[in-house]
Amino acid sequence: MAVSKQLSLFRRTRALEGEIDEFMDNLSQSALAFKRAVQIYLADGCSPEFQEKLSQVNELESQTDDLRRGIERQLYAQTLIPESRGDVLGLLENLDSILNLFEGALWGFSIETPEIPEDMHGDYESLVDQATHAVECIVLASRAFFRNIEAVGDHMHKVMFFEKEADKVSTKLKRRIFESKLDLAQKLHLSHFVETIDNVADRAEDVADRLAIYTIKRQF
Amino acid sequence: MEFATLFFLSSGLFLGWSLGANDAANVFGTAVGARMIRFSTAAMICSIFVIIGAVMSGAGTTHTLGRLGAIDTLAGAFMAALAAATSVYLMTKAGLPVSTTQAIVGAIVGWNLFSVTETDHATLSTILGTWLICPLIAAVFAVLLYRLVVLFLSHAQLHMLRRDAYTRLALVLAGAFGAYSLGANNIANVMGVFVPASPFEDIVLIGGAGLTSAQQLFLIGGLAIAAGVLTYSERVMMTVGGGLLPLSPIAAWVAVMAHSIVLFLFASRGLQHLLLSYDLPTIPLVPVSSSQAVVGAVLGIGLMQGGRTIRWPVVGSVVLGWVVTPVVAGIVCYVGLFFLQNVFGQEVYL
Repeated sequence: MAVSKQLSLFRRTRALEGEIDEFMDNLSQSALAFKRAVQIYLADGCSPEFQEKLSQVNELESQTDDLRRGIERQLYAQTLIPESRGDVLGLLENLDSILNLFEGALWGFSIETPEIPEDMHGDYESLVDQATHAVECIVLASRAFFRNIEAVGDHMHKVMFFEKEADKVSTKLKRRIFESKLDLAQKLHLSHFVETIDNVADRAEDVADRLAIYTIKRQF
Repeated sequence: MEFATLFFLSSGLFLGWSLGANDAANVFGTAVGARMIRFSTAAMICSIFVIIGAVMSGAGTTHTLGRLGAIDTLAGAFMAALAAATSVYLMTKAGLPVSTTQAIVGAIVGWNLFSVTETDHATLSTILGTWLICPLIAAVFAVLLYRLVVLFLSHAQLHMLRRDAYTRLALVLAGAFGAYSLGANNIANVMGVFVPASPFEDIVLIGGAGLTSAQQLFLIGGLAIAAGVLTYSERVMMTVGGGLLPLSPIAAWVAVMAHSIVLFLFASRGLQHLLLSYDLPTIPLVPVSSSQAVVGAVLGIGLMQGGRTIRWPVVGSVVLGWVVTPVVAGIVCYVGLFFLQNVFGQEVYL
């Protein structure tokens, strides 16, 4: 009986590993879709291609929510990794909140359709680049947390690096916005979008800080 | 079986029950406390393997206790076991860590003093020496095993969930080995004093297999230990987790394995024969304290990690238990024998 229980535990474990991998894939894909969506918006505005990317991120977000709920339910219902499940739950919820930020930012572009002057497009793209790089690195660090804990640090320092780069670009961009001859309403509008994108990098850094503690707790 | 015989055996059964209630936690405590294994699974495995260990390999350590003092009447054995059980109860009530091993040795020495039988000093010093060495060996095994496990895990790069599943399986197997070793090593504490005055006849079954009278005693003692495991060990297991040092499931596996290896080494006649056949020095077959083996293993892990998280007052009370337990058991046995002989008119020695 104990042997058949163990076998079914190994089967369930394998399925759950697949779900966690899928969760990470979705977050990584959302980052790529977000980056592409902003590029499309800057080039063509709120075009059908942009809407398509927005729907893709929406769908990924709702799929990822379902995955997260399923993973959390199984971790608790089957008392898996009892000493770390609280940390895993925290990690997944924080990673999921990054996806919510992507979705929120794209809805913002779709609803508010900010008018971004062409000479600022490069800075916005650069900001999106830094933010999505930070997310890519936190996804790699999180994958390592599950599979190869010693490699977590290899990715974490990059998250910090890209977050700082994003901060630099956002400060520079905000300064340009407020030094320009645009009217105040547009300045505030553009600045709000800079903050929205920069928040993604900040959240990635917050997750990295928590992940650093979870990693210390799991090291031998 | 006569009622008087059953009555005299009852103190040994009580001692077995308390051993099961307390020491099952050394084998499965952290795993159950951390919810890695269900109590029902742990209790079932523990009960079965304790009985197997007791019946198959309990003779070696019993022989050593017999050399220390061969209690030759059932009434004397009854009082020795009762004194050990009472000391375990009193010390547990006082909140001191206690070992049935040390209690029974104290009680046997108490019987020797009462019956004016000379204690075999060589055997006594072997037993005392083993008690000191046992936690040290457990600590060394724990450190070696821990390093091996860390090396293996850093190379294997298992997913956290798969590692968790393997750890559960490993904890079940280590628990089974631990329960077997506990039965083999500690059954002498429970039934050893009854062996010289055993009320049973050898049973021979078809094909030459069978149970000696000592094995029948060990089977009954094993059942008493199993009863202790099934009825009372759950609450001990649920509180054992944070005793000395908070343990991760992998560290818990290492502690259980180190503990089980030590108990096995000090109980295995097979290993003794193997060493003898290669003209190597043998390991004395001595009942050792399961709790102190675990304490040694956990301390080994704690010291390897820098020793910051070790709760030293708990270590101090364990050392105090080493001294106090045999003394209390010896005194209780001496006084008890006096009453049994002079008030109840029982023959406590020949």
